Amino acid sequence: MFSFKPDRSQYPAPGPDGKIEVDLETGKYLKLWHGPNHPGITGNMSVELTVCGDEVVEGKTHVGYLHRGFEKLMERRTFIQVFPIVCRVCVPEPDFNEYCYAAAVEELAGIEVPEMANWIRTLILEMGRFNSYMMAMGGISGALGLGVVGQWMTYTRDIMLDRFEELTGARIYHMFILPGGVRAHLPEGFEGRMEEVLQTAETYLADAEKLMFHSSVFKTRTQGVGVIDPALFETYGVTGPNARAGGVAKDVRKDSPYLVYDQLDFTVHTETASDIYARTLVRFKDLHETIQLIRQILKKMPKEGEVMTNLPNVLHWKIPRGETYIKGESSRGEYGYYLVTDGTGYPRRVNVRGPSYTHAMALLEHLIPGTNISDIAALMVSLHTYPPEIER
Amino acid sequence: MRHILYRLKDRYHLGTPVFQRDDLCFVTVKRFELRAILTELRDVEGFTHLTLLTAVDWIEEQQFQLTYMVNNRVANLTLALRVMLDREDATGDTIHDLWPTAATYQRELREMFGITFPGSPRVDEEFILEGWTDLPPYRRDFDTLAYSQQTYNDRPGRVTHDPKTHMQKTLYADYPKGAK
Amino acid sequence: MKDVDDKFLKNPDTEVPLREELRPRKVTTPDGQEIDIDPLRDYFCEAKPKVHPKAYSKIVEDFYNWARANSLWILGFGTGCGAIEMRPLMTPRFDAYRYGIQWRPTPRQANLLVISGYLSVKTLKRAIRAYEQMPQPKYVMGLGSCTINGGMYWDSYNTIKRLDDYLPVDMYVAGCMPRPEALLHGFMELKRVIKEGKGEGANLYAENFDQYKANQKAVIRDWDMPDYNW
Repeated sequence: MFSFKPDRSQYPAPGPDGKIEVDLETGKYLKLWHGPNHPGITGNMSVELTVCGDEVVEGKTHVGYLHRGFEKLMERRTFIQVFPIVCRVCVPEPDFNEYCYAAAVEELAGIEVPEMANWIRTLILEMGRFNSYMMAMGGISGALGLGVVGQWMTYTRDIMLDRFEELTGARIYHMFILPGGVRAHLPEGFEGRMEEVLQTAETYLADAEKLMFHSSVFKTRTQGVGVIDPALFETYGVTGPNARAGGVAKDVRKDSPYLVYDQLDFTVHTETASDIYARTLVRFKDLHETIQLIRQILKKMPKEGEVMTNLPNVLHWKIPRGETYIKGESSRGEYGYYLVTDGTGYPRRVNVRGPSYTHAMALLEHLIPGTNISDIAALMVSLHTYPPEIER
Repeated sequence: MRHILYRLKDRYHLGTPVFQRDDLCFVTVKRFELRAILTELRDVEGFTHLTLLTAVDWIEEQQFQLTYMVNNRVANLTLALRVMLDREDATGDTIHDLWPTAATYQRELREMFGITFPGSPRVDEEFILEGWTDLPPYRRDFDTLAYSQQTYNDRPGRVTHDPKTHMQKTLYADYPKGAK
Repeated sequence: MKDVDDKFLKNPDTEVPLREELRPRKVTTPDGQEIDIDPLRDYFCEAKPKVHPKAYSKIVEDFYNWARANSLWILGFGTGCGAIEMRPLMTPRFDAYRYGIQWRPTPRQANLLVISGYLSVKTLKRAIRAYEQMPQPKYVMGLGSCTINGGMYWDSYNTIKRLDDYLPVDMYVAGCMPRPEALLHGFMELKRVIKEGKGEGANLYAENFDQYKANQKAVIRDWDMPDYNW
């Protein structure tokens, strides 16, 4: 194995703030737009790269291509009307929005959720996490040229979407978790069909492991690339698998359990290298943990019980003045909703704290200088960012 | 959580704390003390994680509320500091040197609420919107429906039902007589 | 939902100043020459689009249309949430490749632009650029209710409501979001339309060019590109 180190002797010295002074008119540097229309970008965003040769000197993230003004739209809708639009905030893992919003409204309105509904919510969230991790695994392998793993993962995600469809009636936007509970019970024979999906997933994952984590090409391109210094985790607000890959064993599910996570048994996996390889490996282990969690939930959950409380008349539903913040561990990190009510039938302010907000903006801009153009795609996917939740 | 607030109360002006949950507390602080409190929370009390920074528009009181939410990851405590700003001349203090991620939040607030943060990097650059010349859109006096109707063409044939009358008509066949 | 505030009037259209790097200026090249550059004129071809004439005989035109219908190459530009349902189409389960449909990374190799969902104004600008860079014959497909009449975002200040005001749409697929099967059906219908010789979107765009541009410029304030960037 040989390594290639670029010759940096001719580069200008970095200034006092560590940044290289770039004068485009010298002809030495080139501005390169990576996205929004680019196969190696996660979703619809763009990174403005300044390159010297094939080394990236500076990167600026540009977002806003997916801005729909959700936080404004929510202020115009009654509490129950917000619930169908809230899941559109994040496309690949929409259920977290539904849960966080529902939990925030329940807390401010003082509504108790039945036990059975909590179990079904946990099941839905774990199924959503499964889908999201599948997207991430497919994405990272696709970004490094392993197209076949992407095909398998998308297929596995697809058969999980079938289970979603059976349960909720929709593939992507489920609108299943609403304030007060969930919409329905599990259908007859759901456990058996879910077990088939999980077994298929495990077979594909075993193959994917051989292709990814035991491949020398994959290792060469990912090990030691995009290292986040663990000292930066706090200042840059890094959460979730990105932090766990650097040895921070923090998981909201474990630290401040919500729903029924205190009755479930799972481990929080960590790595120490904090590079692309470690982040992918943490996601891979977490994916197996999710599969075990789905099995566990289906085994432990009660078979009977109410799934929905009696809400007040939702057309006249007023919630007293107050504010709260609900958080949960999504597949990308800490996902939170900040809800402010003012005693009317409309929310005063809803703020979505997506984990991608910090990962894709400040952290990515910090990580980019010094990498190669060809590594940018893998670096972005390894941070697992979804643009819709950055700009809402 | 309470003893942290007791320690802070000796030296700073704190409002009445609201304990939303055991691990979540909202408290109002004075603007000129915000930086000192945040620094102390970060360096001494272990609130090292800036969870979010956002604003709420209280147009009736002519004020903006800035919410700084900091989190202690070891003890799992979240403390939210509220700072009230005058709505007319909304200027906040930048904290991007404490948390680099705050620069992103401040850019968003600058664009969406029109709250300026002098000294924050790239704060005057466009963040989400492009070529926006109207009021900052998250302010309460900006009406998104009116703006949308004045800007984008509607396709004829779209019907909007008022949920109240629509539900009454669906539930009671002989509405309005049968309504309770 | 709250009613419209009658008193609210949006700001009259004010000019957004041109970006620094797009203004005409003098530049010194690395070998010491001074040159004038005008980025908006120098880097683009200004020729307007032309109507693509039909072939001289019907049988040849039918053959062309048959060939066009069977090689729909999609520009892989995920403009909105519908992009997430495009990925299953590329995998063996739904497999759009068997219909001659494939995804290309660059507009120069594509002839079908799929607008996958809502378009914010910022993306609309990029979508127009991508569309104009595609070689003829080219088609546009709108995905989801939000491209038809605004859908879920009917009152949003940042998303357009009717896609066909800004780009000539050949086929719409309704739904929020459309299932992969619906997409496949949409592709089949588009093929039928093209085979019948009715896929005239690009010609429509060339004929009503000024009207389309007026619509686009009414929405995109920050117009920092030439009128037709081929």
